[in-house]
Amino acid sequence: MDKKIRVLLAKPGLDGHDRGIKVIAAALRDAGMEVIYTGLRQTPAMIVDAAIQEDVDAIGVSILSGAHMTLFPAILDVMKEKNASDIILFGGGIIPDDDKEELEKLGVSKVFTPGAPTTEAIEFLRNAMLSKGNDEQIM
Amino acid sequence: MTVLENFLNGDKRALSKIISYIENREDGYRELLGKLYAKSGNAIRIGVTGPPGAGKSTLVNALLHKFLKENKKVGVIAVDPSSPFTGGALLGDRVRMHEFPLDGNIFFRSMATRGASGGLTAATNNILVAMDAFGFDVTIVETVGVGQVELDIIDACDTVVVTLVPESGDAVQAMKAGLMEIADVFAVNKADRPNSDRIVTDLRMALEFKAHDEHTWMIPVVPTVAIEQKNIDELYDKIFEHIAFIKANGNFEIHRRLQIEKKIIAILKSRFEKEYLEKLAEKVDFHDISEKVFLGKTNPYIVASELFADFKKQ
Ligand code: B12
Ligand SMILES: Nc1nc2c(ncn2[C@@H]2O[C@H](COP(=O)(O)OP(=O)(O)O)[C@@H](O)[C@H]2O)c(=O)[nH]1
Ligand SMILES: [Mg+2]
Repeated sequence: MDKKIRVLLAKPGLDGHDRGIKVIAAALRDAGMEVIYTGLRQTPAMIVDAAIQEDVDAIGVSILSGAHMTLFPAILDVMKEKNASDIILFGGGIIPDDDKEELEKLGVSKVFTPGAPTTEAIEFLRNAMLSKGNDEQIM
Repeated sequence: MTVLENFLNGDKRALSKIISYIENREDGYRELLGKLYAKSGNAIRIGVTGPPGAGKSTLVNALLHKFLKENKKVGVIAVDPSSPFTGGALLGDRVRMHEFPLDGNIFFRSMATRGASGGLTAATNNILVAMDAFGFDVTIVETVGVGQVELDIIDACDTVVVTLVPESGDAVQAMKAGLMEIADVFAVNKADRPNSDRIVTDLRMALEFKAHDEHTWMIPVVPTVAIEQKNIDELYDKIFEHIAFIKANGNFEIHRRLQIEKKIIAILKSRFEKEYLEKLAEKVDFHDISEKVFLGKTNPYIVASELFADFKKQ
């Protein structure tokens, strides 16, 4: 057995701020994870489709444009529609505390804002993986 | 419903899970592969290789748009390196993929080398079998950025496209070295850059001087500008001319049989290693033996012969 934590990272919408997500990508890679970076201007449908093809454990998105209250729920909706709600959704960016709470209630597992050390995101993913069961029968 | 049943019903998520299952070598993956082998053998397999940054991913993106126009279903594997220190990987080939219809006929999977050194991953061949069994017409493998010796792609594909750029002039000079010998088609990408004519001409000249007769596939050199989708139709045509050529002269089948042979030997090697060598290491004190060799009491060949004789007695 040769299992690795696989994470898809994406920038949804028209937001071009990609420094944060690149920092996260490098940190997760250095923590031994396989990080699939999809780049800018991804729609929620594109993100979920890519996550399914890549069979990732988690989707991480970065939003600094202020559109987080529409984009996160839109991604959650597509995940539900595609039967992919078992994938962990997390993210970060410029997101006020109130919105952060609201998003975590809606089903975003965790939101990280500026100043949060990357080790927290790594820790979060490792813990989230522990509680992620898989009882599917292959054959 | 099992994942395999969903797979057989054409469910993409099931394909994706089966790929992971094989890649992670979960218990029973060999049995699963057995079932997939029975359904495979139909897809054409194209390899895209070349040095880092040559535009392999961009070229794959351009080819995929052409395949969509031709109504072909395509499965892609794009390989990037794992860090030998942390095991982590940044898989960025998807960044070059643009504007594909979703739930369409393209399936794209990024993979990390996970310690393999030949430009692919240990599971690449097996995952091509899974994609083939799923029903893709064509599978494409993009290797990691290679130098001259990472040539595993020839054992995974029917047609190999070697991607070079105008700056690859030195590689052409050293025509004898590995990478240049495995091409069925050359793409000289970034032909929008200065001096691209020169490498195209040099390459064509070098190829013409190689020994050939009427049975030889004359390796075409196609200048492309992948970012502008330029000359991709010609590249596509050359790839399929190559397929038609080797199908007509029988090399297509010969090559596939040879690949199967190599695959069986590779499986055997790894089984021997696991079931004989690893057990031997438990029984035999290699430290003690090396000490004797070091002191000049015996030599490595004698030691190995004795151990091998013991093995044959069993
Ligand atoms: C640098 C910067 C730019 C650069 C971006 C360069 C680039 N390629 O990224 C440039 C100059 C291009 C730029 C442009 C603009 N910017 Co600007 N920019 C910034 C600035 C100063 C810093 C952002 C940054 O890079 N931070 C460093 C990184 C490492 O931090 P981070 O992204 O926050 O990421 C950390 C965490 O948030 C978290 N995180 C983030 N994403 C993720 C994802 C996951 C999965 C996880 C786990 C964690 C995580 O972890 C990271 C590490 O700790 C911010 C102000 C600020 N202080 O944040 C404004 C800011 C983001 N910009 C802003 C604006 C308005 C713009 C423009 C619209 C301005 C304009 N009128 O043109 C344009 C839009 C450009 C576009 N196409 O989107 C506003 C956004 C306002 C809002 N959200 O309501 C800000 C907040 C400034 C402000 N105070 O008004 N910008
Ligand atoms: N000028 C030019 N740049 C290109 C062309 N094709 C790709 N590129 C650029 O070359 C860089 C590397 O491309 P990529 O496809 O990632 O290369 P890979 O590492 O071989 O997969 C990117 O910045 C591309 O935009 C081309 O035809 N012309
Ligand atoms: Mg690439």
